[in-house]
Amino acid sequence: MSKMGVTASQTVGPFLSIAMRSEGQEYLVPKNSKNAIKIHGIVYDGEGTPVPDAVIEIWQANINGKYDHPEDNSDNELIKGFSGFGRSCTNNEGQFFFVTQKPGRVNGRGNSLQAPHLAVNILARGMLKQQVTRIYFSDEVQSNAEDPVLNQIDDELERKTLIANFNPNGGLIDEYEFHIYLQGENETIFFDV
Amino acid sequence: MTEPESYSRESKKDHPPAFYRDYKSTTFRHPKNRAIKIDHTVTEVTGPLFSSVKLEPGEGDLSIENGKEAQGQRIFVSGRVLDEGGRPVPNTLIEIWQCNAAGRYLHPNDQHPAPLDPNFVGRGRMISNEKGEYKFTTIKPGAYPWGNHFNAWRPAHIHFSLFGPAFVTRLVTQMYFPEDPLFAFDPIFNSIPSESARKRMISEFDLDTTEPDFALSFKFDFVLRGRQATPFENGA
Ligand SMILES: [Fe+2]
Repeated sequence: MSKMGVTASQTVGPFLSIAMRSEGQEYLVPKNSKNAIKIHGIVYDGEGTPVPDAVIEIWQANINGKYDHPEDNSDNELIKGFSGFGRSCTNNEGQFFFVTQKPGRVNGRGNSLQAPHLAVNILARGMLKQQVTRIYFSDEVQSNAEDPVLNQIDDELERKTLIANFNPNGGLIDEYEFHIYLQGENETIFFDV
Repeated sequence: MTEPESYSRESKKDHPPAFYRDYKSTTFRHPKNRAIKIDHTVTEVTGPLFSSVKLEPGEGDLSIENGKEAQGQRIFVSGRVLDEGGRPVPNTLIEIWQCNAAGRYLHPNDQHPAPLDPNFVGRGRMISNEKGEYKFTTIKPGAYPWGNHFNAWRPAHIHFSLFGPAFVTRLVTQMYFPEDPLFAFDPIFNSIPSESARKRMISEFDLDTTEPDFALSFKFDFVLRGRQATPFENGA
């Protein structure tokens, strides 16, 4: 079977913000809306230095566990205006953030159910191709224990690199902290998709 | 419940490794652990479709800023977005960014002592049409020096970002121009193991789509990942 060769990946380079930074793209929902949560963190390189020229993209289901895409054939309901995509360019301290809703559970393969999670793309200068990871939630202990993707990882410390830590933040917006370590002792688990 | 239809897996020859010694910045920015292979679930076979994105008029034309012409060689860059089976990828968001004709980006960290152009920003967006086609009007970017090694220069290129239909079809790449003498010395270009995959990043000059007395034209098709079990039709 003759397939066409794919176009190769190349780095976003140091000037990605020219095209990729735009107002409000970190907000999948308004900050004051019901069920809004904030996910924030820092991207670190292998020397522990924050990465100021990275872009983090997320893709997620809505709070009902439905992706805004025709190939999600579940009966869960779409929410008008919730696209599920967000983008955050890191600042000079390597920080990124998103304001969103925690996704509902979506199907895994077979009859499994996945824990609430976000699919994550990381691009930066010095990265020739994007790395892919997932963000899970520390307050979803039961569903995390059942998640078929998390369960591919035996090592407890490695699993932890995929789990955003809940911080109730005294009644303001619920916050989750999720740092990304491109390399080193705490290296984030990345996925081959 | 029907299972999601998986996408093809990527070949290591078609894409750069995470660590490429000659591109120094990869040294501390590549993971050392092996990525964990996961099956495609609904998360991976869906992705942002940007159906609510409304482009402003002129987002596909980088050659004019506030009604004024940018400096340099005006060009068209056009082609199609396809999948590995050769099928068009319609209605997909394409974002581009580039330096100006002198090789300077409109970015505070670009210290190259080449002139900025008040009429050039270097950012554009477009959505492929029903046939997967796109067309930008822009200025041919210059080559520029960078700090990777002594006397390092990037071959002229335009940065492209595409999404395609799924999370796993995401592609960020750079499009080059034919016969650039800098190819042989550029670690970013040469990070791709396969020679044919490197050549596929080079656009083609196309006389037929130039506009007389106005602009030259370069053609470039993108090929995104396709489905794994694509039934091949042999035209019988
Ligand atoms: Fe560049």
